[in-house]
Amino acid sequence: METIFALATARGKAGVAVIRISGPSSWDAAAHLCGTLPAPRQAGLRVLRWHEEALDEAVVLCFEAGASFTGERVVELHIHGAVATVTAVLRALGESPELRMAEAGEFTRRALENERLDLAQVEGLSDLIEAETEAQRKQAMKVLSGAVGRIVDDWRAGLIRAAALLEATIDFADEDVPVDVTPEVMFELNRIETDLRRELARFSAAERIRDGFEVAIVGRPNAGKSTLLNALSGREAAIISEIAGTTRDVIEVRMDISGLAVTLLDTAGLRQTDDVVEAIGVDRAVERAKAADLRIFLLDREEIPLLSPEDDDLIVYGKSDIHSSDGLSVSGKTGDGLDVLVAEIGQKLLHRTQGAGVMTRERHRDAIQAASQALGFAKNEVMSDYDRPELAADYLRMAARSLESLVGRVDVENLLDEIFSSFCIGK
Amino acid sequence: MKHFDVIVVGGGHAGIEAAHAAARMGAQTALITLKADAIGVMSCNPAIGGLGKGHLVREIDAMDGVMGVAADMAGIQYRLLNRRKGPAVQGPRAQADRKLYKAASQQLTRNQKNLEVIEGEVADLTTENGRVSGVVLADSTRISAASVILTTGTFLNGVIHIGDQRQSGGRMGDKPSIKLAQRLASLDLRLGRLKTGTPPRLNGKTINWDILESQPGDDDPVVFSFLNKQPLVKQISCGITHTNEKTHDIIRENLNRSAMYGGHIDGVGPRYCPSIEDKVVRFADKTSHQVFLEPEGLDDNTVYPNGISTSLPLEIQEQYVRSMRGLENVEIMQPGYAIEYDYVDPRSLSAALELRNQPGLYLAGQINGTTGYEEAAAQGLVAGLNAALSSQRRAPIILSRTQSYIGVMIDDLITRGVTEPYRMFTSRAEFRLSLRADNADQRLTPIAIELGCASQERTQNYLRKENALSAGKAKMDAMVITPKEAVSHGFKVNQDGQRRSVFELLSYPDITFDLLAVAFPDLNEIDAPIAAQLSKDALYANYLERQSRDIAAMQRDEAWKIPADFQYLNLSGLSNELQQKLQTARPSTLGQAARVDGVTPAALALILAKLRQGRREKVA
Repeated sequence: METIFALATARGKAGVAVIRISGPSSWDAAAHLCGTLPAPRQAGLRVLRWHEEALDEAVVLCFEAGASFTGERVVELHIHGAVATVTAVLRALGESPELRMAEAGEFTRRALENERLDLAQVEGLSDLIEAETEAQRKQAMKVLSGAVGRIVDDWRAGLIRAAALLEATIDFADEDVPVDVTPEVMFELNRIETDLRRELARFSAAERIRDGFEVAIVGRPNAGKSTLLNALSGREAAIISEIAGTTRDVIEVRMDISGLAVTLLDTAGLRQTDDVVEAIGVDRAVERAKAADLRIFLLDREEIPLLSPEDDDLIVYGKSDIHSSDGLSVSGKTGDGLDVLVAEIGQKLLHRTQGAGVMTRERHRDAIQAASQALGFAKNEVMSDYDRPELAADYLRMAARSLESLVGRVDVENLLDEIFSSFCIGK
Repeated sequence: MKHFDVIVVGGGHAGIEAAHAAARMGAQTALITLKADAIGVMSCNPAIGGLGKGHLVREIDAMDGVMGVAADMAGIQYRLLNRRKGPAVQGPRAQADRKLYKAASQQLTRNQKNLEVIEGEVADLTTENGRVSGVVLADSTRISAASVILTTGTFLNGVIHIGDQRQSGGRMGDKPSIKLAQRLASLDLRLGRLKTGTPPRLNGKTINWDILESQPGDDDPVVFSFLNKQPLVKQISCGITHTNEKTHDIIRENLNRSAMYGGHIDGVGPRYCPSIEDKVVRFADKTSHQVFLEPEGLDDNTVYPNGISTSLPLEIQEQYVRSMRGLENVEIMQPGYAIEYDYVDPRSLSAALELRNQPGLYLAGQINGTTGYEEAAAQGLVAGLNAALSSQRRAPIILSRTQSYIGVMIDDLITRGVTEPYRMFTSRAEFRLSLRADNADQRLTPIAIELGCASQERTQNYLRKENALSAGKAKMDAMVITPKEAVSHGFKVNQDGQRRSVFELLSYPDITFDLLAVAFPDLNEIDAPIAAQLSKDALYANYLERQSRDIAAMQRDEAWKIPADFQYLNLSGLSNELQQKLQTARPSTLGQAARVDGVTPAALALILAKLRQGRREKVA
């Protein structure tokens, strides 16, 4: 029986967060973090350490098998609810070889398997599960919509293509199929692996907490972006002038919004220009704005923005000291509407730390990491001197299984569809 | 009235295997067929085995079945497919002499104890207290039995198409089983319609073999049965020709005269075995397709042109065949045709292949939506064993996905159903590295011995091999050397200070048994076939450890049985769509439920909760 762990409380900033570890190795794993364990059912204050580094001070509770929620040996770590703390502890647990992140509903499932839930609870479980699937569905929809969705679809197609090519050489060896599929398989695997590596860096919650969110202010020249940046940060970080196109490079200001580290980016105004230096600034502005977590579009009324806002982006009407308008309007000069804007930014970013919370992100990270490793092995097999496509195919199957939560299940039927639509099989 | 433990209806590959399996189990068995002389006819191509299919034949043989033995008595050209790839994906295949195969099947059937062949047409089934109790023949003879297995192939409402002509029939020259089809219709089963096709048969004397490329068998033939070491009859070669632009033009010009393209056929055909019409239409940019000219026997001039099945009218078949090199003057002995037939949605079956809503009635073979002799035979084996076990009031034998291709196939059929004729591929087996053709006996023969369906000869043969394998492995495990010693013998291993057994060294792709035997002469005591088997086992040893974890997880879910009357409808928390899918598939374990299309972990937890609840209520 494997030992599993997960955050048991809601994600996001809170006073206390509880991480639950369940399974035969749970006590050992907890002892590894906090030294000695308190007696079962007695709370003990311990410092959690990982690789000599103190992570947090926590209240530790142990439960014996047969006397816990799941019926297995359980440890609960009551830690401080800071997002960074939770992430650090989850990551430490994730690095323990005998542990793995729990799957959705797995604690409940174990509780059921070990007969720890009574009939009434079983009755009530369907609601719980419904909630779980709804959350999963929303999560999946979120991942699958927009830009990430396109990348994920692309991975899926690539995985299916690469696996189908390998399987075609195996299962249809006596048919009219290409003998050497190595170049195309390697092309697909390299492409996916590169993407996975990039996503790994992007998805990483810890990195987000450490580096903060990026919020870009975008708009046409002289819209008042720099004035807004200075007003928000409370200091003269950007040079302000009446001359359109004053800001050429990207100016970054770090600040605290609702407890989250945020880097505000002031970018060059977006417009067509013949000025070589300004043109570089505009390109850079577009690139950084697109990569940012959130964009504030500073617009005039009835203006159509040059860059199109994504779903969650904020649209703000500027210079409210001059024009009055409906909707969210601000003035960097008078400070009018700034508190509303800050609250909006804070709400949107906080929502992201909760909605696509630490756990799912960590799980995605684990999945992507496992998949990327399996792809590496698959590539080695494809390139090796020995003709062992069955081993490469096995690693690909592993990669696909790891990514199942992201790309959906890749079934043998998907591979056969691809094979039969690409090659004339049937001698 | 005559009484048997088990009645098998049909003398095709599923029927033979089912009847033999039941008889081997000690059940008094009757095989009822229209023509006793047609037992063991190969109605499609004259070949056995292939990728995935060869695995099935080996597994049938490991259970002491008929197909591998009969195929070896008839094998006239052996080829081990994927010979240069790893053993997990190597598939034994052979051209079989049609006459020899039929003769072998009939001889083995005559020699099988507890098995009686009855000629007749089964027109109806009888039931008693809701359980099938026997059959009624067309001449009104009644025969009773504890279990009945139907293996009626394409004979259920079979319709044969050649161009715009159609006639009822299960196989060229045979009557379809209409009455039985009506009886099955009254059982309220979900039926579907499939189609398959055959090419025209050619007269080999009219083929210009001299100008054709020839394909010989392997120099070192690998046979099917674990009881045999080499081919038993004379070996021959096949010929190869190709379609060309002219062939394709003729087919394109006459497409509307094809039964398939003229709109006469509703059934769904297999994508991996398309008609030549399909190939020309769907892969229009290909200017040529390979055609294998497979002799049907040693003293038979009939040639089976593999790759050009068709439902065009005879005169067009003649035209396009003669457009190919070497076939300029060829004579057609029997036209190609397409056949449409009914199949029973296999999701109506249990893993023992018994109909869930008709106890005592088992279905095996093409009637369940599969294609191929091997797939049919493997199902026949499972149905035969289980029908016998049921008549002996013993628990069913369920082969799982984790231990056999047979288990993979049956699990696929009963949980996912079919959308086209189902054929085995190695890619369907998620534990492909451990389910190999070479170790089918190690996986299954112990089960056969335990069940009691393995003969003395089979049992002793296996136990001898098993002992030799364990002794060889123990010897190699006991020889442990340091990295330095390994290098001194010329073996490249990491200088990590870790001691390795000689068996571990064997898992390195460039370290062969022969090389090891040079360094460690003691190994020469191990016989060559045993050494070869140990090498194959060692090759994947590192991968199997990971697979065994996945296997354990799957087995845990398989241990959770779902009662046959489990109610998915109105199970709150389950979407309507999933309720419908599960209600149709009726998975019998939690593991099967997980493989039903669209099932989520949360849905599984919910089903588990209900199972737990049901179990407690029973206790209370």
